[in-house]
Amino acid sequence: MSTATLDQAPAAEAPIQSFTVTFLIRRFDPDVDTEPRWQDFDVEMYATDRVLDALHKIKWEQDGSLTFRRSCAHGICGSDAMRINGRNRLACKTLIKDLDISKPIYVEAIKGLPLEKDLIVDMEPFFASFREVQPFLVANSTPEPGKERVQSVANRAIFDDTTKCILCAACTSSCPVFWTDGQYFGPAAIVNAHRFIFDSRDDNAQTRLDILNDKEGVWRCRTTFNCTEACPRGIEVTKAIAEVKQAIMRGKP
Amino acid sequence: MNTQTSDAETTVIDGVHYHQFDIVIVGAGGAGMRAAIEAGPGAKTAVISKLYPTRSHTGAAQGGMAAALANVEEDSWEWHTFDTVKGGDYLVDQDAAEILAKEAIDAVIDLENMGLPFNRTPEGKIDQRRFGGHTRDHGKAPVRRACYAADRTGHMILQTLFQNCVKLGINFFNEYYVLDLVMTEVDGVEQPSGVVAYDLATGELHVFQAKAVIFATGGFGKIYKTTSNAHTLTGDGVGIIWRKGLPLEDMEFFQFHPTGLAGLGILLTEGARGEGAILRNASGERFMERYAPTIKDLAPRDIVARCMVQEVAEGRGAGPHKDYVLLDCTHLGAEVLETKLPDITEFARTYLGVDPVYEPVPVMPTAHYAMGGIPTNVAAEVLRDNTTVVPGLYAAGECACVSVHGSNRLGTNSLLDINVFGKRAGRNAVEYVNSGVEFTPLPEDPARGIRELLVQLRDSNGTERIAAIRKELQDEMDKGAQVFRTDESLAHVTNVIAGLRERYKNIAVQDKGKRFNTDLLEAVELGFLLDLAEVVVFSARNRKESRGGHMRDDFPNRDDENYMQHTMAYLSGDAHSADAADHIRLDWKPVTVTRYQPMERKY
Repeated sequence: MSTATLDQAPAAEAPIQSFTVTFLIRRFDPDVDTEPRWQDFDVEMYATDRVLDALHKIKWEQDGSLTFRRSCAHGICGSDAMRINGRNRLACKTLIKDLDISKPIYVEAIKGLPLEKDLIVDMEPFFASFREVQPFLVANSTPEPGKERVQSVANRAIFDDTTKCILCAACTSSCPVFWTDGQYFGPAAIVNAHRFIFDSRDDNAQTRLDILNDKEGVWRCRTTFNCTEACPRGIEVTKAIAEVKQAIMRGKP
Repeated sequence: MNTQTSDAETTVIDGVHYHQFDIVIVGAGGAGMRAAIEAGPGAKTAVISKLYPTRSHTGAAQGGMAAALANVEEDSWEWHTFDTVKGGDYLVDQDAAEILAKEAIDAVIDLENMGLPFNRTPEGKIDQRRFGGHTRDHGKAPVRRACYAADRTGHMILQTLFQNCVKLGINFFNEYYVLDLVMTEVDGVEQPSGVVAYDLATGELHVFQAKAVIFATGGFGKIYKTTSNAHTLTGDGVGIIWRKGLPLEDMEFFQFHPTGLAGLGILLTEGARGEGAILRNASGERFMERYAPTIKDLAPRDIVARCMVQEVAEGRGAGPHKDYVLLDCTHLGAEVLETKLPDITEFARTYLGVDPVYEPVPVMPTAHYAMGGIPTNVAAEVLRDNTTVVPGLYAAGECACVSVHGSNRLGTNSLLDINVFGKRAGRNAVEYVNSGVEFTPLPEDPARGIRELLVQLRDSNGTERIAAIRKELQDEMDKGAQVFRTDESLAHVTNVIAGLRERYKNIAVQDKGKRFNTDLLEAVELGFLLDLAEVVVFSARNRKESRGGHMRDDFPNRDDENYMQHTMAYLSGDAHSADAADHIRLDWKPVTVTRYQPMERKY
């Protein structure tokens, strides 16, 4: 997987065909550039390659200064969220075969967070919002020593969807409200609040609901569903936000 | 960029930032953050990580975390200890394995109490599933011991630990890349006085003075081409320790996980087989029945990986090139796949275009886990030889070798390891720094060596591409030092590595900038990979037997008389000399045997 550019899934019987794919990448070097600029690269790719493979091929064979974050390369670590053809996706989960390669593929950093260099943004505002919703279990009861808290299968299922979040920021940085108002908590923070608000073991839902009832909270959401569409983990983000809104109206989870 | 730091006392001298913490933890995966949760409340603690904590590879672990909770069937920590010892082919230190198995129960309960959303039984208790090598009553049948959260157990552990670090207000220095451990001689004894880190965002150097340093830097699977490991798993921490002249233990033992997506190496959890999936060869035969009649597909990973490679070598591989076997989940049904194995189901669909609900999935072994690493005792204290502790230096998780995994780790024992020994490292470090010890003085200009290294790399006019050297290393390691090894194959890789180390001196870093210079980072990482690959191969050549993850075709049997002992490798002489034998010295360390005498390993 390391040099996955040349690794082929051995499923197909026919000789494996490669394609020349043009990538237009929005570059920004803070030491030199005043404004971002687009640069094109031609890369030999296979249909089953990922966009991350293309970025690696560029960095490793053409231009070592191309800068992006990545780690696990299979959609679990959340490092490589970026805008690919105008859509927020993980580069390691976007396969060439799913893109129209008759045209250049546009790759740029996610929006709404300060651009640092090439495809890297400052993630600190994103994590600051995350921390603000108290994303951790607060339980008043003391479990029996050496025992787990009991939770029914049904209660565990209620918040299952939002436990999948990998904090990649694809949702938050796809949100038009977040683009125009960086103070808005954004979808990811709300998802992580949801994960605890609806956890039957937690006793701090009210605090989180109060936080999200703030003027920069859930009511800023305009239900455009960009976040749901952007989520690489398939979380129904907009639905989670709606459930938080309903809980605020009810005054309880 | 760091997050969440409250570190007002930073001073800057000659462009180098100086910080002071009682405890510095290097690495923010499971072991590092578990240590931080212990250390944070008791001492001024910083966690330094080259990634944002939630990017750490703990999050990629899938299947479960072993603990004899006996929530769904009879189980005991003693059975778990035995399985761990036998699974590790009797190279496990049995006192450590006993601690691992005993403390497993509290480790799982700790995580649940911290909020981890485990799957539940109908009674609402933590659910458990079967996993390779975990058995009832010393091998009689598979037992349900793995506590799990779908196939996202590692993700949930990483998130839960991070959430609790946020709750405790732990200081994180994210995307700070620790490049050196600073040692100072005190009364004739070398001990840690801090670490040197490179701030990726600014390119500036930071020195963290500390009373205690905990290494929790993970593994180094990127010495191989086909691996489940992240791009960032380049063994920096293990490499730093090596360069300090401290020993590395059992480096020849690397685990190849049987079920990597063929050609890609992406992990498909053993939990699939725990839920009933079956490995089949081209003719559809359940071949593990032949090799491990009692527990079949749930034999330990070393055995299953070898059987798979053997099936392919003997012409029974599937696919157009007969170069993989098949993981058959089709009889599990869509519901089990969607609820208990959703992520791997999606991986197969996304990356191979194969839907496990309807078709078997092509799989082959993938480099997964380093059993060896930085030797520690059961208190997570780093050893400078077979018995002597380096005061104030700790290691935990994959970078460490306690050794609870011996020559082959059982699935679910690593998520356990990071929690049990991460906790021990944190707790013992707090006790140490609060026992009246003072800060060890830093040497003059402690960052000098690293500054010179970085300047030399960044300013070099070399011509060798980083990626080309790395690719050759990885290709050759896959060919010569993978599941099956011979002296010939290892000798060949030795020569290749020697040549690559020479070429590395002429490396080209194209990015000359200071900010987010990931090109420079990759150059440094490659240096660690080359160092560690050399130790792996050198240690492997020296072990003329087959045991656990180390299978020598030319010495196919286990040889307890000569080799039931740990390898200890030391850097001695000129680290840059071409011949590994000129700068690696090997020694042995006895295995701790308590209740289980070595037996033939049959499943």
